[in-house]
Formats: sequence, structure tokens, C-alpha cells
Amino acid sequence: MATAAHDVTPAEASAHPLAESIVVRFAGDSGDGMQLTGGQFTLSTALAGNDLATFPDFPAEIRAPQGTLFGVSAFQINFGSTAIETAGDAPDVLVAMNPAALKTNVQSLKIGGLIIADEGEFGDRNLAKAKYDANPLTDGSLAKWQLMAFNISQLTLEAVKPFGLGNKEALRCKNMWTLGLALWMFDRDRAPIVDWLTKKFAKAPTLAEANIAALNAGHAYGETAEISGGGLGDKRLQQHHIAVAPAEEGLWRTVTGADSISLGLVAGAQLANVKMFFGGYPITPASAILHSLSRLKEFGVTTFQAEDEIAAIASAIGASYAGQLGVTSSSGPGIALKGEAMGLAIMTELPLVIVNSQRGGPSTGLPTKTEQSDLYQAVYGRNGDAPMPVIAARSAADCFDCAIEAVRIATQYMTPVMLLTDGYIANAAEPWKVPDVADYEPFPVQFLDHVPEGGFQPYARDAKLARPWAIPGTPGLLHRIGGIEKQQGTGNIEYGPENHQAMTDIRKAKVDNIAIPDQQVELGETSGTLAIVGWGSTFGPIHQAVRRARQRGLDVSHIHIRHIWPMPKNMAVLLRGFAHILVPEMNTGQLKTVLRDQFLVDAKPLNKVSGQPFQIAEIEAAIDAALAGHPGGEVAVNSDQLPSIEAVTP
Amino acid sequence: MNDMTPIATKPKDWETDQEVRWCPGCGDYAILKAVQRTMPEIGARPENTVFVSGIGCSSRFPYYMETYGFHTIHGRAPAVATGIKLANPELDVWIITGDGDALSIGGNHTMHLLRRNLNCQVLLFNNEIYGLTKGQYSPTSRVGTRSPSTPLGSIDTPANPCAFALGSGARFVARGIDIHKNLVSVLKAAYAHQGTAFCEIFQNCIVYNDDVFAPFAAKPNAATSQLWVEHGAPLVFAGGTKGLAFDAAALALTVVDIVDGDTSAVMTHDQTNRSLAHMLVDMPFGEFPMALGVIYDDPAPTFDSAVIAQNAQASAGKKPDLQKLLSQGQTWQVEKQPHVI
Repeated sequence: MATAAHDVTPAEASAHPLAESIVVRFAGDSGDGMQLTGGQFTLSTALAGNDLATFPDFPAEIRAPQGTLFGVSAFQINFGSTAIETAGDAPDVLVAMNPAALKTNVQSLKIGGLIIADEGEFGDRNLAKAKYDANPLTDGSLAKWQLMAFNISQLTLEAVKPFGLGNKEALRCKNMWTLGLALWMFDRDRAPIVDWLTKKFAKAPTLAEANIAALNAGHAYGETAEISGGGLGDKRLQQHHIAVAPAEEGLWRTVTGADSISLGLVAGAQLANVKMFFGGYPITPASAILHSLSRLKEFGVTTFQAEDEIAAIASAIGASYAGQLGVTSSSGPGIALKGEAMGLAIMTELPLVIVNSQRGGPSTGLPTKTEQSDLYQAVYGRNGDAPMPVIAARSAADCFDCAIEAVRIATQYMTPVMLLTDGYIANAAEPWKVPDVADYEPFPVQFLDHVPEGGFQPYARDAKLARPWAIPGTPGLLHRIGGIEKQQGTGNIEYGPENHQAMTDIRKAKVDNIAIPDQQVELGETSGTLAIVGWGSTFGPIHQAVRRARQRGLDVSHIHIRHIWPMPKNMAVLLRGFAHILVPEMNTGQLKTVLRDQFLVDAKPLNKVSGQPFQIAEIEAAIDAALAGHPGGEVAVNSDQLPSIEAVTP
Repeated sequence: MNDMTPIATKPKDWETDQEVRWCPGCGDYAILKAVQRTMPEIGARPENTVFVSGIGCSSRFPYYMETYGFHTIHGRAPAVATGIKLANPELDVWIITGDGDALSIGGNHTMHLLRRNLNCQVLLFNNEIYGLTKGQYSPTSRVGTRSPSTPLGSIDTPANPCAFALGSGARFVARGIDIHKNLVSVLKAAYAHQGTAFCEIFQNCIVYNDDVFAPFAAKPNAATSQLWVEHGAPLVFAGGTKGLAFDAAALALTVVDIVDGDTSAVMTHDQTNRSLAHMLVDMPFGEFPMALGVIYDDPAPTFDSAVIAQNAQASAGKKPDLQKLLSQGQTWQVEKQPHVI
């Protein structure tokens, strides 16, 4: 599950009403520090014992012109006392730091939800930039929501006055003032934030003190406003108490997908007992993995920022050849550049992990927005018959186990492996129960260090069809490898027709027969009327939607695929046990196509490519449509265009 | 890094059982022989030696060397070699490439390999043509080269490999000729150099670009047109009758006649002089001789040693504890399970 806070029991799944949760969105200019505010609020929320999920949503521009609509940066957090698996559909609270932030975000706010706006930023200039003809704070256009507008800018300036900052620097503390207010609203402890500020500004203690003063002032403002009414007429700020979410005993932390992948790769390399070489090239949203691994050198990690994406993967292949675990990471455009080198790793049968943090495409597409549209690229996107295992992580926490699994398959089967995540998983934070390293079974690699009986052959096969890992520096095992077709066994150049047929078959059989666990059903029965089949970061919304539908008595199950290629062996039987299959994806139907192709099932697509994750309600509506609209159960596309396979009807 | 501890091998020990598949008469045969002769002389160990190549005629080279070998993809040998060397700095890494491989599709990697100064040898077989794809003009082909893709003659200015290397920050630049006996000494100097040793080897493509280097490489022309530079010796050629002098006013080299053995006006070669190296590799042939041998050799710290040193420094005094690492950051302890819903 997304948060790993605890597994949902059937009793809970049917519990009604759902336990309390609240969705807060912080929105401001990209220079306003909204991601920082969100990140710190997330930490304090986690420390308070709530389960949570976040959705950072920021523009591709680093510092877009101030006050513009396209420069708005937002951070949404959903937290509560029950299992939280999505960043929430509609916010309950919107913090809008300027008119542009209000304009771009207010429509998603729940009716009756609370707007907190910095009226100090609602001057004519900013209103014009946000294309408001009239001030929405005063013209009554926000009547369907609760509005609390106060001059956060002015209040911040007053709070930090004693520290003698310039106007610009002083206003930078606005986000801490806002955070202070938010901490008060949800009864959060300020101490961890104070610690963090002190550390962050260790070299500029005045800035630390000013930020802390702003934080405290925001907090105090909440207290005062509650007591006095704050001059806000009959509206009062209210403090909310969210009960602690039930969670497994043990040590917890927050983790983002990028952190989790880095930790998983380090853990995987340790379990495989090899050193790791990471070749990377900066690209959004994958760079965070390069950043975090470059700080872990004491774990036997070498990081190399290459001159381009191709050099990044090629250097990783070289390192694997020389006996380390080669790892590279990128996003779609960079993965495209790496395609030829992936083929080389397949041909030379060297271990390699390729992480793809997917983003909106094609081409440069939506660099900072999430999408799942590289599944075809991962499974099919190479020249020649080039089979490669593909694993997809469902959440930030899940990235850890998926990374270990990728390392296991790569080293045990001598193959490149692609690990798919996406921009949402990479950036979003969630609570993670710190695993016990001892719970993971080691899978140490065995370099060939002697000439085997009968002579050494670089393309000899073990029971798994893997070839030996014989590394330069080993006497007696001299050999040459390359991208040209190999003779079976010897690995010498061989273009013969029978040999190419045999080698192609072997490469395919090796990947097809990789040992992976059977597919489980996340929620619901193992056969029935409707299966919602997902992969990757759609886990949260699918899981919640299926849970709600089941509470309403609907016969629907949730299947979530980690092993995209090869698929689990029981998948055909499992899918054929359902009358209808619906596949929600943040693409135009890629897994759907693979399922139809591999299993001849009438999988129907539910697609969204807006750069935003699915909302629970969208999937719930699709479930209703699929179950109500018999016999087709069609959703979102014209059913006339889809083949119908009679054979799958149970 | 290169371990010069001699071990006894013979050139034959460096030959594989693979049938060599170059065209009869190809200059690559001579280079292969020269490399196989060099290996015993430098005391290389087969198991510690890796030949890495890209794509092209020259890049088949690793299959014929009884060492470890990696025939990679077009242009990417420097990147693969970087991974190999960083993963195991004890290995002797030789990159075999061609003019198209190193300067066209792989130009970017060549540049970055040189500026980083990875400790390895680069042997660029320059035949001024794409041989394996049947004779199209290459980035080093001279203007006017007629080829299947340039039936009216090529029109783009060629790249000068050694000038490219120096411009990319190379600390060792040398030239040799496939069939010339001096090639072994050039290769030995390249191996002895700590850092990326860049060697341009003029290689005759007998099928698609035959005799393109004959004006200086052919025996009858050698004496008058080859200038083999030697550190500390005057820059003389044509049997000691001509030399290179420095024209300070023009900031350029000039050819002077040597009368009665008086070389006082002739420049002495200093292989650590970067400006001289630039001038030597840029001399227009015809008006000037072809500069050959070790033109520039001035070692600087290598990339691999710097990476190893930084890794060691970053790890010093730290005990890698994975469990501790996982438990870092903002953490909280859940004491018991208040599982009430």
C-alpha cells in the first residue's frame, strides 16, 4: 500500500464512515518556498503520527516571473487517522499566497472549504498578472468557500522587524509565517521545524532567528484569532485535531521515491555483495537519485556525472563488465537516448539497473508533471528482439523493495532491468516503516574465478540460462564480448542463421523464466465481475476507489502489477476469472494493450494524461460505469474500436 | 598507474585464435602487429589488459588481442572505458577507435575523456574514410573527397584529430603511421604516460582511400616529409638539411635550411610545451613536413586517481551501516498499535 502504515483489513474496508482526513494545499509563486513549506509541514505531520501522502506540483521554470499564472507552485498533503493512499482529491484548505495561486487552485477546493489568502499580495499589479478584473477577496466571487484573508506579508514584516533584514529578505520569511499558522491549525509541534531552521541557517543565525520569529508569529496569530475572532467577523480560525493513524509498531520516517530508490539500490548492492557504479546525467525528475547516491560513497558507491545520457549508461555497462553493479537513471527522453546501449547490455548479458522516473511526453513534454507513458518504451523500445525485465514501483516506500528486486534479477540473471517510477513517486513523500535489513535474504554474486572443468566459455549457461560473470583481471578467463551476435557458448562472432535463432530464443527464454512471485489480489476476490488492474503510482487512487466501491457492495477487485515484464505466471488465469477488466493508467492505454496481447483478455482502458494523478472519484465513477453499463462496461473510449474476445467470458 | 613490472610474454602470446577479418593489405594488420610487439616490451599482463572499441573496421581490433576485450557501440568506447577504469583502476585500458567513431558520432565522448584525463591509451586509426559502411567521406576527409555520399566532392572542412585532442585538454598527443617501425616506440610512450594518451595513427584503407597518406607515408617521400620529433632534440627533417624555426614576429613556425649542420636557428623539441604542440599539429602539410612521434607529453593528475581519492576521503572514518542509513532523517517511533477503527 502507498503509505505502508498498515494493511487494510476487510473490517476496515467496510467501516463507515471513513476515518477523518484533511487535505491541505499550499500554493504560491515558485519563489515563495511552497515546496519547502509543504515538506516541513509533511515532517511535522508525520511526527504527529498521522498517515499522509503528498503531491508536490511545480512548474518547469526555476523562477518563473513573479505573480504569473504559469509560475504557481503547489504542494498538497492529505493526512489523517486512517490509511492515506493518495494526496487527496479536493483540498479542504487552500493557502493562496497570491492572486495567481488562488486563481489556478481555487476551483479544485471543496465547496465550503477554507481559503487562507495573503491579502497583502492582492494589489492591482498582481491581480492583473493573474488576469483578475476585480479583487476576488472582496467581490463576493468566493462565496461558496470560507475565506480568511489577512495581510501575511505585513504581519511577516512586523514579526521579523527586529532582525534588520532588507524588505526582500524579510518577505522571504512569509512561508514560515504561513507554516506557523498551519502548524497551529492542526496542533503540530514547532520544535522540529525550529531545529531544522537552526541547522539550515547555521551560517546565517540572523536568518534562522528571523524565520523562527515568523514561524512563531504565524502560530501566535492563529491562537489570537481563535480567541478574539481575529477581526474576521463571524468567521473564526479553528484548530483541528486529527487522531493518530494506526500504524505498525516500530521506527518510522518519511521518504520520497528518489530517496527510497537510492536506499534500495544501496541495500541491493549490499545483498548482492558488489560495489555499485552509478552513471547519471541531470534530468528532471530523476536527478534526485544521482544527488542522494553521490553522498553515499562509504557504501561502496561510485557516482559519475557523465557528459550525456548515452555516456551515463555506457559507463555503467563498462563498470558492470569490470565487476561492479552498473546503475543508470533518467526520465523518458534520456531513456530514449540510452536505447542502443540497453541493447548492448542485453547482447553482452551484463547486469545493469536502469531507473526511469517517468514524466509527461513525448519529447520534452511535461518535465515536472507525472505520467506513465513510457511502458511501451520500457517493454518494447529497443531495436531487435531485445527482452528486458521491467518492474514498476507503486509508491515512494515501495521503491525500496523494487530497487532490491531489480538488483536481484540483474545480478542473478545477468541482464539489464528497468525500474519504472514516475515524477509523482519520485517527489512525493510518505511515511515508511524502516525495514530491518536482516529480513532480506542476501543473494551474493559469484564471479567466475577459475577455469571450469571442460574449459571456460563466456556464454556457457547455468540452470537459469545466465552466463558467468567473468571479470577482467582474472587469469585464465580472457575473452571478448560485444554487440555483434555471439556464437553459443564461445561468444565468438557468429552470424549463422541457426545460431542467431538459438541465441534469440535463449535471450527470450532467460527473461521469460525469471522467477517472480505470483500475482496477488490487493483487495477483493480472486475472481468475479470486475477487476481494476493497475501498475505504478496509480495504486493509491485505485485502492481507495475499490475500497469505497466494495463498501457499497460492488463486486470489484484490485490487482496491481509490479512485474510488468515478464508477467507473473498466474496472470492469465487470474485475469480470465473476471468478467470485466478495467485498466486505469496515466497514458493512453499501454498496459491495457500489453494485457490484451499477452493474455487475450478484453481489458478496457481508463486514461488520464493531464499531468495530475488520478482522483479517487474518477476511478470510482469508472467502476460504476463499468458495472452499470453492461454488456460493454466501456469507459472513456469508443467500444466499437476495441476488439472483443469471446473466449474470456467466464 | 600502469604497472611496468615486466612479465615475460612473446608477441605470439597476444594473438587470439580468431581469423582476422580485415581486407588484405589493410593498414590495420600492421597496427595489430605493432601492438602485439609492444605488449611484451612494456611487460603487460594479458589478464590485466582490456581493449575497448566502438564500431568501424578498427573497432574489430579487440577480437584479435588475447586479452579482455569489449567491442561496444558506435562512438561510445570512451564512456564504456571510463566505467571499466573507475570500477577497476588496476586494469590497463586501451581504446581502439577510428576517425568516424571518435570524431563524428563519438566526438562528445572523446572530448570529455580527454578533459577528464582518464588513465588510458586512445589509438585513433585515421584513414579519412568510412570503410565498414563502404566508403563514405569521414570527418577527417579532405575537402573534395569523392565518395558514395559526396559524388561531387566533400565540401566541409575536416577535423584535425590532434588539434581536437589538444583543444579538449589532452596531456599526451602523438602521431604514428601504420607501417612505420617507430609506431612501437610511440605506443610505449603512450603506455608510460599517466593519463589519457592520445595517438593518431595514419592508417591506409586499401579499398576506399588507398594512398591518401602516401605523400608522407610512402617510402620515397618519407625522408623529405616526415619529421619525427624527439624531446630535447632539434626539430629537423630531410636528412638533417631542414629544420623548424620560430618566427617570433609572425608567431608561427617556419622551415629553415640547415647549412653545414648549423642548427642554432632550429627549435629544440620540448614535449611539455603546449604552444609548440599546437603549432606542430597544425602545420599545413606540403609547406611543412608531417610532425610525428610524441608531440606533447605533460602529465597531470588522472581522473580515476581523483575519483578513488575522493571516494576514499568521503568514506574515511565512516563505518557503512545500512540499518543506520535507513533510520536517518526525521523519524518517529510507534510504540504500540492503537488499532481501533
